[in-house]
Amino acid sequence: MDPLKDDPYFDIRNFSLSINKSKILKNITVKIPQNRITVIIGPSGCGKSTLLNSMNRLIDLSEDLETSGSILLKGYDIFDPMVDITELRRKVGSISQTPNPLPMSIFDNVAYGLKIHGIQDKAITMSTVESCLNKVGLWEEVKMRLDAPASTLSIGQQQRLCIARALAVEPEALLCDEATSALDPISAHQIESELLLLKNNYTIVFVTHILRQAKRLADYVVFVYLGEIVEYGPADTFFTEPKDPRTKAYIEGTFG
Amino acid sequence: MKRKSMEEYFFKILMVVSILIVLGGILSVIFTVVLKGVSALSLSMLIESPHGGYYLGGGGGILNAILGSLYLACGAIILSITLSLPVAMSLHQSTMKSRYVEYIRTSLDIACGIPTIIYGAVVFTIMVFIGARSSLFWGMITVAIFILPIMIRSIDEIMLQTPKKIKIAAFALGSTRTEMLSVVVKQSFPGIVTAILLAFGRGIGDAASILFTAGYSDSLPTSLFEPVATLPLAILFQISSPYPVVQQRAYASGLILLVIVLTASIASRVLSKKFMKYVVK
Repeated sequence: MDPLKDDPYFDIRNFSLSINKSKILKNITVKIPQNRITVIIGPSGCGKSTLLNSMNRLIDLSEDLETSGSILLKGYDIFDPMVDITELRRKVGSISQTPNPLPMSIFDNVAYGLKIHGIQDKAITMSTVESCLNKVGLWEEVKMRLDAPASTLSIGQQQRLCIARALAVEPEALLCDEATSALDPISAHQIESELLLLKNNYTIVFVTHILRQAKRLADYVVFVYLGEIVEYGPADTFFTEPKDPRTKAYIEGTFG
Repeated sequence: MKRKSMEEYFFKILMVVSILIVLGGILSVIFTVVLKGVSALSLSMLIESPHGGYYLGGGGGILNAILGSLYLACGAIILSITLSLPVAMSLHQSTMKSRYVEYIRTSLDIACGIPTIIYGAVVFTIMVFIGARSSLFWGMITVAIFILPIMIRSIDEIMLQTPKKIKIAAFALGSTRTEMLSVVVKQSFPGIVTAILLAFGRGIGDAASILFTAGYSDSLPTSLFEPVATLPLAILFQISSPYPVVQQRAYASGLILLVIVLTASIASRVLSKKFMKYVVK
């Protein structure tokens, strides 16, 4: 079975995007398979974060945004004006480059998403917080100080808290924008192994410019260069038999 | 090498001198008020309203002005919080083009710089037009109007300090604009408390704006629609008296006002420390 053909999670078709009249993404066409890790690689400034932020429309926060083409999530266009954007962002969680805890306690950070999506039951909240913190391996570390401000955690713990927070609203996909680049190697490794566990239940899109990380994580690889997709495919063939000369050069490290 | 160390030395001296000037200014104000006022300060001054002949050196106190000032400033603060918080929030998360938001900010900045007596005169004109007489109510309105731009701009400025990543975090979890703003308010809460108490200090200390609008009265404030005494005006009337005893009482009144304002700013410090706990730096 080829997950790329059967029922992809995101089906991006001829998607172009410009901010302030400058074209950032040009004619992107790619399928993101369900319950796999798709890694988007490419040199800095090539538009990979923009592509990622388009998938849950966080890109809407930019002014003077113009898009064309479509991004289909399980067949529905997310840029359709009828789309409930809060529901879209609940389904498609995102993890940013540097941890961004909310100005609240550790507990409230995870419970925040439940609150804004209307879950008030204390018992449900409590058990969700515990299970989400468990999923990222943070529960044992913080269970004695759930009321402490989230900013008192270490950077690596904060990033895992952010993943737990994203998981609390029961998303289907997680978008990670160089989610480990601000962390020390041990924390980064921890997060990588958690993502590898999570991929059985979540569609994960991971942006990075570190090739070795891409090799460790990826089931599928998308190579973006200057706002265009150069090549995409399963990780095993992508790294060993790149078709495009630019991909080959990037993998060999001659540019980027 | 020598030029560099001379430069270093020069700026060090400059720094020390400017600190001395600023500190000296504040301390000399406090010292003058305390030295001249403390001898005239008495219990009766705090708990009695003026008896007949108080302004000629007779007995009594300025409880009317203390209460009047507190009522007026608190009322004005409540009025302007209810207006300034929503305005600051909408400036912060405006759907308008940012150019218009900048125009609004600039106009508010100009409004901050308008002398308070102008606000007093404008409100007084309105009062004359509709035939209202000076009262606690109109005093509150005037003070609320002139602290409004100060409060909006300081709350706005504090909310602008909110790191963008916090807003993104809230949006990424599916917050609406309003839910995102409540996170921003949470993050800026200590600063908002400070802004409110600083505005309180401005409001309670202003004489010019309430000269015509609040009026003056020797009896304790009992109604919103009666003229009311205030500390700044009590100081003004007493210090312009030819009697040294009364002039001294002006300093004592100044001391009372100073204590109220200092209490407010210390309270703001303590309160903001308390709310600092969860703030993300």
